[in-house]
Amino acid sequence: MDVEILSRIQFAFTVAFHYIYPPLSIGLGLLIVLAEAAWLRTKAVEWRNLTRFMIRLFALTFGLGVATGIVMEFEFGTNWAVYSRYVGDVFGSALAAEGIFAFALESGFLGVLLFGWGRVKPQWHFVSAVGVWIGSMFSAVWIVVANSWQQTPAGYHVVGEGMQARAEIVDFWAMVFNPSSVERLMHVWLGSFLAGAFLALSIAAWYLLRGQHVPVAKKLMKVALPVAFLASWAQLFSGHVAAEVVAEHQPAKLAALEGHYEADGPADMYLMGWVDQESEEVQGLAIPGGLSILLHQDPEAPVTGLNAFKPEDRPGQVNAVFQFYHLMVALGMMLIALSTWAAWSWWRGSLWDSRLLLKLLVPSVLLPQIANQAGWFAAEMGRQPWVVYNLLRTSDALSESVRAEQVLFSLVLFTLIYVVLLALFLYLMRKKILHGPHELGHPELNASNRQSAWS
Amino acid sequence: MSLELLWFLVIGFAVTAYGILDGFDLGAGLLHPFFRKEQSRRIALNAVGPVWDGNEVWLVITGGALFAGFPEAYATAFSAFYVPFFLLLAALIGRAISIEFRSKEPMAWWRSFWDWSYFASSLVISLLLGVALGNLMVGLPIDSQGIYRGNGMVDMLGWFPLSVGLAVASLYAMHGSLYLLLKTEDKLFERVRALNWRALYFFYGAMALATLMLFAHHVEVVVRLWSRPAFLGFAVLAFGLSLAVPWMVGRRRYGLAFLVSALMIASLLALVFAQQFPMLIPSTLDPDGGMTLAEAASSDRTLKLLLTITAIGTPLVVLYFAFVYRVFRGPVKLDDSSY
Repeated sequence: MDVEILSRIQFAFTVAFHYIYPPLSIGLGLLIVLAEAAWLRTKAVEWRNLTRFMIRLFALTFGLGVATGIVMEFEFGTNWAVYSRYVGDVFGSALAAEGIFAFALESGFLGVLLFGWGRVKPQWHFVSAVGVWIGSMFSAVWIVVANSWQQTPAGYHVVGEGMQARAEIVDFWAMVFNPSSVERLMHVWLGSFLAGAFLALSIAAWYLLRGQHVPVAKKLMKVALPVAFLASWAQLFSGHVAAEVVAEHQPAKLAALEGHYEADGPADMYLMGWVDQESEEVQGLAIPGGLSILLHQDPEAPVTGLNAFKPEDRPGQVNAVFQFYHLMVALGMMLIALSTWAAWSWWRGSLWDSRLLLKLLVPSVLLPQIANQAGWFAAEMGRQPWVVYNLLRTSDALSESVRAEQVLFSLVLFTLIYVVLLALFLYLMRKKILHGPHELGHPELNASNRQSAWS
Repeated sequence: MSLELLWFLVIGFAVTAYGILDGFDLGAGLLHPFFRKEQSRRIALNAVGPVWDGNEVWLVITGGALFAGFPEAYATAFSAFYVPFFLLLAALIGRAISIEFRSKEPMAWWRSFWDWSYFASSLVISLLLGVALGNLMVGLPIDSQGIYRGNGMVDMLGWFPLSVGLAVASLYAMHGSLYLLLKTEDKLFERVRALNWRALYFFYGAMALATLMLFAHHVEVVVRLWSRPAFLGFAVLAFGLSLAVPWMVGRRRYGLAFLVSALMIASLLALVFAQQFPMLIPSTLDPDGGMTLAEAASSDRTLKLLLTITAIGTPLVVLYFAFVYRVFRGPVKLDDSSY
C-alpha cells in the first residue's frame, strides 16, 4: 500500500476513534449542567448523587477525548504537510481560537469539576460545570468551522502556483460563517446531545429493569428524555437543512449520497439500496423523484448527477458514501421513534413499567454513536477526491518526506494502543455503571463529608 | 516590531508555559517509583491530578499556534519528526490513561502496572522533547524549498540530542520535586527533599554532558552563540538560577525555589530559540539556508487575527488557571473524588 492510502486509513481510523468521546462529553456535559442546576434549586439528594455519578462517567470520556484529540493536531503536520502549508493561513485563526477559548476553558475548569466538591462552594462548582460544558461546545464550533471550510471554502484567495499554492484569508467572518458551517455545527451539536442523552437513557433503563438505584434512575430519565426527544426531532430538521447546503455547494457529494448518476435528470430518494459503480445503477427501494421533491418540491425537477463531473472529480467510493448516508438516516429515524415512544409513555405515566420499551432503550446507546460515525464517513468520503473541495486534491496533500513504512509503523502502533484503550474504556464504563451512583449513607461518602464544605 | 516576531514571542511564551507547567507533572511522574507506600504514591499522583490536563493544553496551544502562524515550519518539522512525534503521542496517551486508570481498581498488580507505565511514559515524553529540542538547535537537513531530506528517527539520535533528552528529564525531575515539596507534608516531604538533592546533582551532570557534546559535535552552534554575546546572557542567567535553586531550598523557601526553577526553564528555552534567530529551523545542508521566521509565517492579515484572538483570550486563560491553582493550593488532602 502506498503513503496516500495508508495516511488516509490512519487519519480516518484515529479521528473516528477520537469521535467516540467528544460527543459523549458534550452530551453528558449538558445533562450534568441540568442535573446540577436541579440539585441547586431543589436540594433533593438524588440530584446531587446523579450529578456526581455523571461526572464520574464524564471524567472517563473527557480524558480519552483529550488523549486521542492531540493525535489529529499532530497528524495534519506529520502526514499532510502540503495540506498544512495550503490551509495554515486560513485554519490558523480557527485553531488558535479553539486552543485559547475552548481547550483552556474546558481543561481549566475540569479540575474543579472533578476534584472540587469539598473545596469550592456549590455555586462555584456549578460555574465550573457550565465552564467545562461551554468549552466543549466551543471546541466543536472551531473544529466544525475548519472542517466546513474544507467542504465549502470561503473568505480566502489563492496565492502562488502548483505546489507553492496557498490559500490566504481575506475575510475572517466569511471563513467562519462559510456556507456550511452553521448548518453542520447544529448537526454535530445535536448528534452530540443524542450521544449523551441515549447513554443516559440506556443506563436509566438498565437500572429500572433491575430495580436498582430507582430514585436516581428516574431523575436520570427525566433529565435525559426531554433532551433525547427534542434533539432527535431537531436533528431531522437540521439534517434536511444540511442536505440542502450540500445540494447547493457540493453537488457531486449530493449525487453520491443518493447514487444519482444521470447528469441532469430527476433524482429518486432511496430508503435502502446498493450502488453498482460499474453499471452506474442503483438497486433498491426508492421513492421516485424523492430527492427532486425534497430539494425543489417537484418530482420532475432536475438534480445534477455524477455524470456531470469528470471521472477524476467524482468521489471514489460512491457505494460506501451511499451506505453510510443511508445508515445514518435510518438510525436517526429509529432515534426519533424510540424517544417519541418513551416521551409518550412518560406522559401517559406508563414509562416506568413498560419493560419492552426499557429493554429497547438499554442497547440504544449504540445508535447515535453509529449514526455519528456513519454521518462523518459519508461527509468525508463524499468530499473526495478533494481534501479542500475543488481546490486541493487529497493525493496532492501528503507530506513529501514521509515514507510508507513510517506510516505503517504509526498505523500499527496506534491500532494496538486504541484496541487497548477501547477495552479499558468499556471495562471502566461498565464498572462505574455497575457501581452506580453513591447513595447517602455510603460510608466512604460520609467520611469525606465530615471535612467537606460541600455537605 | 514585525508581526511574525510578535507571534514568535507568543509561541515562545506558550512553549515556556508548557515547559514549566507540564515539566512539573512529568517530573512528578519521573519521581513516582521512588515513593514506596501506596498512600505516598496517591498523594504524589493527586498533587498533579487536578492540573496536569490543563498543563498539557499548552502543548496543544503551542502546536496550534505554530500551525496557525508558521504553517511552513509546522509542516516541515512535524513531517520530519514523524516517528518520534508518534512515539511522543503514544507516550502522552500512556501517561493520560495511567493517571486516569490507576485508581480505578484496588488490586496491587493493577496499580503497580499503571505506576510503572506512568513513570515510563513520563520518561519517554521528557526524553523525546529533549531530543526534538536538541535537533531543532543544531538544525534539520532541509532544502531550499523547506522540505526535509533526512532519514527520520535514525538521524535524530545523535549524542548531543540524546544528552539534551537526559538534561530535560533530570531538569523535570528536579522541577517536579520542588512542586511536590509544596504539596506534601511530614515524612513524605522529607523523602521528596532527599529526592530533590539527587535530581539536582543529576541535572548538573546532564547539563555538563550536553554542553560537552555541543562543543564536541556541533561547534558551529557554539560559534553562532558566541557571535551574539547578548544571548549568552541567557546562559549566564540560567546558570545563576540553577545555583539559586539549592540555596532557596536550603533556606526553606520552597515556593521561591519553584519560581526560580521556572525562571531557569524560561531562560534555557530563551537561549535555545534566541541562538537560531531569525531562523526558525536552521538547515544542516546549507548554513545560510534554513527557514526564517518571515519565510515560514502566515500572511499579515492572519497574524493580526491571531494576535487579536490571543489578546482577548489570554486574560481569560490566566483567570482560569489562577482559579484552579488557587482552589487546589496547599498540601494534598485525599478525599473520595481523588485518584
